[in-house]
Amino acid sequence: MSSIISVANLSKTYGSGFKALKNVNLDIKRGEIFALLGPNGAGKTTLISIICGIANPSEGKVLVGGENIQTSYRKARSLIGLVPQELHTDAFESVWATVSFSRGLFGKPKNPDHIEKVLKDLSLWDKKDNKIITLSGGMKRRVMIAKALSHEPQVLFLDEPTAGVDVELRKGMWEVVRTLQQSGVTIILTTHYIEEAEEMADRIGVINKGEIVLVEDKATLMQKLGKKRLTVHLQGKVTSLPESLAHYELDLCDNGATLVYDYDTKGERTGITSLLSDLRTAGIRFNDLDTTQSSLEDIFVDLVRTS
Amino acid sequence: MNHRAIRAIYLFEMARTWRTLLQSIVSPVVSTSLYFVVFGAAIGSRISQVEGVSYGTFIVPGLIMLSVLTQSIANASFGIYFPKFTGTIYEILSAPISYFEIVLGYVGAAATKSIILGLIILATAGLFVPLHIHHPIWMLTFLVLTAVTFSLFGFIIGIWADGFEKLQMIPMLVVTPLTFLGGSFYSIDMLPAGWRTVALLNPVVYLISGFRWSFYEIADVSVSVSMGMTVAFLVACLAVIWWIFRTGYRLKN
Repeated sequence: MSSIISVANLSKTYGSGFKALKNVNLDIKRGEIFALLGPNGAGKTTLISIICGIANPSEGKVLVGGENIQTSYRKARSLIGLVPQELHTDAFESVWATVSFSRGLFGKPKNPDHIEKVLKDLSLWDKKDNKIITLSGGMKRRVMIAKALSHEPQVLFLDEPTAGVDVELRKGMWEVVRTLQQSGVTIILTTHYIEEAEEMADRIGVINKGEIVLVEDKATLMQKLGKKRLTVHLQGKVTSLPESLAHYELDLCDNGATLVYDYDTKGERTGITSLLSDLRTAGIRFNDLDTTQSSLEDIFVDLVRTS
Repeated sequence: MNHRAIRAIYLFEMARTWRTLLQSIVSPVVSTSLYFVVFGAAIGSRISQVEGVSYGTFIVPGLIMLSVLTQSIANASFGIYFPKFTGTIYEILSAPISYFEIVLGYVGAAATKSIILGLIILATAGLFVPLHIHHPIWMLTFLVLTAVTFSLFGFIIGIWADGFEKLQMIPMLVVTPLTFLGGSFYSIDMLPAGWRTVALLNPVVYLISGFRWSFYEIADVSVSVSMGMTVAFLVACLAVIWWIFRTGYRLKN
């Protein structure tokens, strides 16, 4: 799959001397949903701002659709739609006027049919004549998405799109994003909600302290770094474990009612068979077992901690 | 040239004027009418003619300039400051539009509004005093140049300001006093010799003088000097704006 965005050796140092980005290299594939994860202040918004033209890079090069964002900014920017993190709206404009304004700003001829489609897709059609100030937070967020889609971009940046949005609306947004991807739009998503990345993304990038720590297919990442957890539900409560089980590093939970064993799926041996055998030898009986895959959140926390 | 983007910004800004008609047009017209009542009728009736023109008629160009200067600055500074304040500037900065086109949209709308306002005040003045414009083309040239120049100046203030207080500071503390002291209501020939020299340091004197000349062919300084000063200020504002966009000052960092 070809790259639609190519970031090479990108650095950003603010006037205060703070290095927000350090030699970032990143390629975004055409048509994918890419989730950029990172803690607060990691450089996510700075990276997006530079690609979209809102901030100047200190060093490095960015290509969007093969066009340099600085020397060929008109072509590069016309490919991009941006939904920023904050709800920046023209409070006293109508929904229709503000979305139409965005289309004009990006140099596209009037197309009421397209604006109508975008508003209908985002369930905003019945609010088209309402002033933005009268809309709820969730609707304002959708207006921002409508503005970003008004000029038919090939790449859509969603910076924390579901921050402060209720669960139902969040799932509605995910649907919108999936539909956009199906229509051929590449989506770059930053989020604090790991479950959002886990649910949506094809690939995941982790940024911390201005550096890209990792970029990987979500499935590969889960497989490569994922640990599994075996929970053994005991027949009776146990207060302490015999010395013979010490090397399994078991955790005794629920007041001694369950044993928890973490194991690596990549390892040659998981140790499950010998653990169960040793439990029997030690006279510890159990009536149920279950295993769980570690979540992306666990992986993310581990990565950020080690970087 | 992204003419659709210029048009979008221009129409967006003009739409704001129509939404706030009372504040944008009616309010300055009412204040100017009050100036006519106070200076033209009440005080003017006790002042003999100034350089062959009745006092009420004499102050018309100065009053128009007073409104055009202050409104150009107010319109343009607010026009660019408000998106910065609300955060909607992100969209302008991320659009495929050049700095020149951004300025054209904002400054074009601000200047249009103050030119319309100037012409409305001129028509209002015609209700109070007899008017005859000797050089209508020059009058319009001065009006447009001044509106554009001070809209550019307002644009700079709007970029520089990081709070509403700063937005008001220069117009209130610098521009309004300079306009009042720039011969809006008197000829600087009426001042004592020492103060006349001081008055010549005020750039607004040259704008009002040139504008008044286009009406009555009377001027405090030569018309070519007036035109030269206006153009010089225009070029200075353009240079500052070029620097702002080149460096991203208060916009991109």
